[in-house]
Amino acid sequence: MTQSVDAPSTPEPPVVLHRLHPLSPLLRGWKAFTALAAYGIADAAPRILSGDLEGRRPASVLIAGGFFGVALLGAAAYGVLSWRFTRYAIHAGDLRIDTGVLFRQSRRVRLDRVQAVDVVRPLLARALGLAELRLEVAGGSKTEAPLAYLSEEDAHRLRAELLARAAGLGESTPEAPERLMYVVPDGRLLAANLLQIPVVLALLLGAVFAAAAVFAEPVGAPFVLIPAVGSVALTFGRQFAANQGFTLAESPDGLRIRRGLLETRAQTVPPGRIQAVRLIEPVLWRLTTGWARLEVEVAGYTAAGDNAASAVLLPVAARADCVALMERVLPGANVAGTALTGVPRRARWLDPVAGRGLAAGGDERYFVTRRGALRRETDVMPHERVQSVRAHQGPLQRLLRLASVTLDTTPGPITVSAEHRDAGEALQLVERQARLARTARARAVAEQWMRASDRADAAVDGTSAGLGDGQ
Amino acid sequence: MDEAFDPEDASWSRVSPGLARLRRTVLVAVVAVLIALSVVIGLAVDARAVAVAGAVVGIAAGGWGWWLVGRNYRAWGYAERAEDLLVRHGVAFRQLVVVPYGRMQFVDVTAGPLQRRFGVATVQLHTAAAASDAQIPGLVPAEAARLRDRLAAHGESRAAGL
Repeated sequence: MTQSVDAPSTPEPPVVLHRLHPLSPLLRGWKAFTALAAYGIADAAPRILSGDLEGRRPASVLIAGGFFGVALLGAAAYGVLSWRFTRYAIHAGDLRIDTGVLFRQSRRVRLDRVQAVDVVRPLLARALGLAELRLEVAGGSKTEAPLAYLSEEDAHRLRAELLARAAGLGESTPEAPERLMYVVPDGRLLAANLLQIPVVLALLLGAVFAAAAVFAEPVGAPFVLIPAVGSVALTFGRQFAANQGFTLAESPDGLRIRRGLLETRAQTVPPGRIQAVRLIEPVLWRLTTGWARLEVEVAGYTAAGDNAASAVLLPVAARADCVALMERVLPGANVAGTALTGVPRRARWLDPVAGRGLAAGGDERYFVTRRGALRRETDVMPHERVQSVRAHQGPLQRLLRLASVTLDTTPGPITVSAEHRDAGEALQLVERQARLARTARARAVAEQWMRASDRADAAVDGTSAGLGDGQ
Repeated sequence: MDEAFDPEDASWSRVSPGLARLRRTVLVAVVAVLIALSVVIGLAVDARAVAVAGAVVGIAAGGWGWWLVGRNYRAWGYAERAEDLLVRHGVAFRQLVVVPYGRMQFVDVTAGPLQRRFGVATVQLHTAAAASDAQIPGLVPAEAARLRDRLAAHGESRAAGL
């Protein structure tokens, strides 16, 4: 602050503010518009169809039409105004976004705090050649810095610039080259989505009733099941559409994920942003194909909303490939080689089925837990990402001298927890994890991953800003 | 407290007895209202048994609550170690939280009107994990302020990113 007083008066370069693409209001408002139009049509259609217009006073039709027109004009005007007032710029290590017509907001997002950059293109945006850029940062329950919409070219250029600056490089750095790591074939994705218990059940039920309808009298029961089967089919379709054409690539900017059938999504997760990784082996996959799925926890991808889907690192692959990828994104991890210890036999009183699969362990860099006898989940978490360590014990656990230990991470889909350990061991585990987390933080990856030397400064000045004395 | 929730190098601080007093006052008030209600209803419908049963159940529940409050109050503890803060609480559902100073994002001190009346305040630590939930209720305001400043100072000297 004091520097600006005695600094030589070199004029600062003016901040160049950019606007979003002019078609943005149309794209953002089309849902509201179609809803309004559908309402108007649904309202008028029966009367028009039944030729009842003469019976009505023409004035009421005029009034309805007038309302519709005014609402449309108002919405369009608001859309255009909000577009005019929304502007963004990259300035002094921040992304600045100004929004709001009546209540103005000017937001600065520190680029070295970026957790992920996604380019999302809904179907209609693809048709118009537009894309939404989402800058994910920690904290907040939704995407706090969305830019909807930009032209595809702008979105890609801006993403490259944001990542380069987040890495601590200049703006003119060309987009980093990438190396393709994994492609999920459509056939495998389809098979994997079919091999889920609800889908298999729905298919079996469908087959049974089809057979009944062919060989016997048609029964009434299927109509009851239609909503259930429909919802399974819808979920199935949505899962497939979200991950169709899944490719995973690696670049100096981090991991790049591209996927989507109708709405495509291109995600970039910079190095050192992954808080934890979960390996999921659903029971049907374990019994048949030996596939597995990987999910990651990134501070920007909160569990709520459509960001939840972003947390998928690999929708389906052979277990060995998943483990290999896991060890790749968490350098130095050795999931297969980490010795896990199970829980005492008495834990089965609390958890008769899954108690068999419970295990935890770790090495100098990672904590690993496993649970589930049928569907199996394995969590791997770097010690330096642990926010706090908790031991907890309920009354039944106390009777059995058991306790659970949880390593707290940023909010997201993954909770790393070692359930039902021996009580004495649980305390040792808490102490050990707290110590390991402390030593691991000292050698953590830099926030600006291309400029390791800046790390300490960035970390200190970032956190002290949030650490007031609670006034 | 058995060994599972008591690290050896921790010197535990207790919370203020004001917390137990506050909770017992609220308890007595609630129980008194419930007993009064049952007595009034019992007399109104001319069923003395209802009034007596209400009073007996109310007094028993109040006594049990009185004991629970004391037990819970004694279970609260916190310890400042060199690198982290420990908070433990609960008897039936026990919990021990270890929060490294470097992980703290901000510290809150809050005190409602009742809490102020009984001379206690709550210190809450926030990390980037929503589940961390390290709060210490029932601190004397001066101790709450001291703890807040100490935590903030510790946090600044050991700050880390996410």
